Amino acid sequence: MLKFTQDHEWLLVDGDSATIGITQHAQEQLGDLVFVELPKPGRSVNAGAGAAVVESVKAASDVYAPIAGEIVEINQGVVDDPSLVNSDPMGKGWLFKMKIADRSQVEALMDEQAYRALIDNAASA
Amino acid sequence: MSVVVADAQLKRTPLHQLHLDLGARMVPFAGYEMPVQYPNGILKEHLHVRAAAGLFDVSHMGQFEIRSGTARSEDAARSLESIVPMDIVGLAPGRQRYALLTNEDGGVRDDLMIAGLGDRFLIVANAACKDADEVYLRQATCQACTIERLEDRALLALQGPGAEAALARLASDVRSMRFMDVRAIDVMNVACTVSRSGYTGEDGFEISLPASHAEAVARELLKNSDVAMIGLGARDSLRLEAGLCLYGSDLDATTTPVEAGLEWSIQKARRAGGSREGKFPGAQKILHQLANGARRRRVGLRPEGRAPIRHGARLFSDQDAADAIGVVTSGGFGPSVNAPVAMGYVTRAGEPAGGMIYADLRGTRVPLRLSELPFIPTTYKR
Repeated sequence: MLKFTQDHEWLLVDGDSATIGITQHAQEQLGDLVFVELPKPGRSVNAGAGAAVVESVKAASDVYAPIAGEIVEINQGVVDDPSLVNSDPMGKGWLFKMKIADRSQVEALMDEQAYRALIDNAASA
Repeated sequence: MSVVVADAQLKRTPLHQLHLDLGARMVPFAGYEMPVQYPNGILKEHLHVRAAAGLFDVSHMGQFEIRSGTARSEDAARSLESIVPMDIVGLAPGRQRYALLTNEDGGVRDDLMIAGLGDRFLIVANAACKDADEVYLRQATCQACTIERLEDRALLALQGPGAEAALARLASDVRSMRFMDVRAIDVMNVACTVSRSGYTGEDGFEISLPASHAEAVARELLKNSDVAMIGLGARDSLRLEAGLCLYGSDLDATTTPVEAGLEWSIQKARRAGGSREGKFPGAQKILHQLANGARRRRVGLRPEGRAPIRHGARLFSDQDAADAIGVVTSGGFGPSVNAPVAMGYVTRAGEPAGGMIYADLRGTRVPLRLSELPFIPTTYKR
């Protein structure tokens, strides 16, 4: 199951854990990333809390935890090479994995169609 | 994240259509709709300027001409000397000088370029300051002096190792210019004022020209495969690597020229013992600091890790110190340095002997090494 947030994160559910990253739209808006800071595995975060930071030449942006839960794994690959988030945001550019605490929080997120509509509306506004 | 929508209130430069045609991302900046980047992105644009040549639209900047309005052409120069601590009387026609409009507290109202054009001076000012500068110039310069704001002029900057060859194709005269020379030169049969200067640390030119011809000249320059259009994003990272101040961040009404490390811009004639000593706003404080030093200084900073330390980050003498010794005023990633770089103000008393200080980054203290400025070797053609 693939879900999206209003803050342009994606979340891919696999059993009782979820992989999280930023969307293609987000990476386009940010531009070339030069630094990624990821949370420590084992840390528990609330839904909507800042979990990671992605930085372009110009600015730093927070990446929020889309759901509550424990950080179980991080992608060292994007720490070593932040440009992976630009070149493959929904693949090799994933950021971290979380253990899902409350499945209803996942259900409440947008599906791909709803997310597309959100971006299209923003673009035509 | 937000999508920027066009704002009817924002002004546009004469190159607006060119920016759109090239796929620029336009953002509001100092009341203008300006290109922050093109599809190549800031990193590639930055590196292109250092390797080849970049063309910048800086038409949002203020351009003024000041004339004496009397038989004595020196009157305009003397009048300018009453508002800047620079030697303007001694500025030869055909030469340009970096200048600071100071206030009564010794702070900086704006930083400028002043070019001697013989019968007049050309002043280039920051976009965000130009309205206030105009009011101030009219009020503070001599009665007979005339100030003209050049609203119908565009300003292009062509920067990088390929800049001379690219511009020389259209105007071969530019080859013989040296850093900070200024000349009236025809480019594509258009009367331009060209200076050999810029804001990137690279050799290059700034071209003041009629707004009506700016797009044609820009498009002609862009036919050269060495030349790419560069946005404000890369302009900022280029000037930061070059250790150049951004007004509003590294310089403002509360920072003096000495604190900012800009003593070099105050010539002998205006210093203590000089032939036209003092008699500019804030002279007492600035001359005192020239003799005795300032309590705080602008410094270059190299963060030890990969994390950029940005504008506003507080600086500390060690990992546990409670009281800040300074603040970062510009910071980001330097694509040519391939590492984060920053500038900030540090009190001299707090500067540690080891050359290492600490910044607060999202609640943790990260080490930065005090560094010489600029961060990259400059390539001005002196």
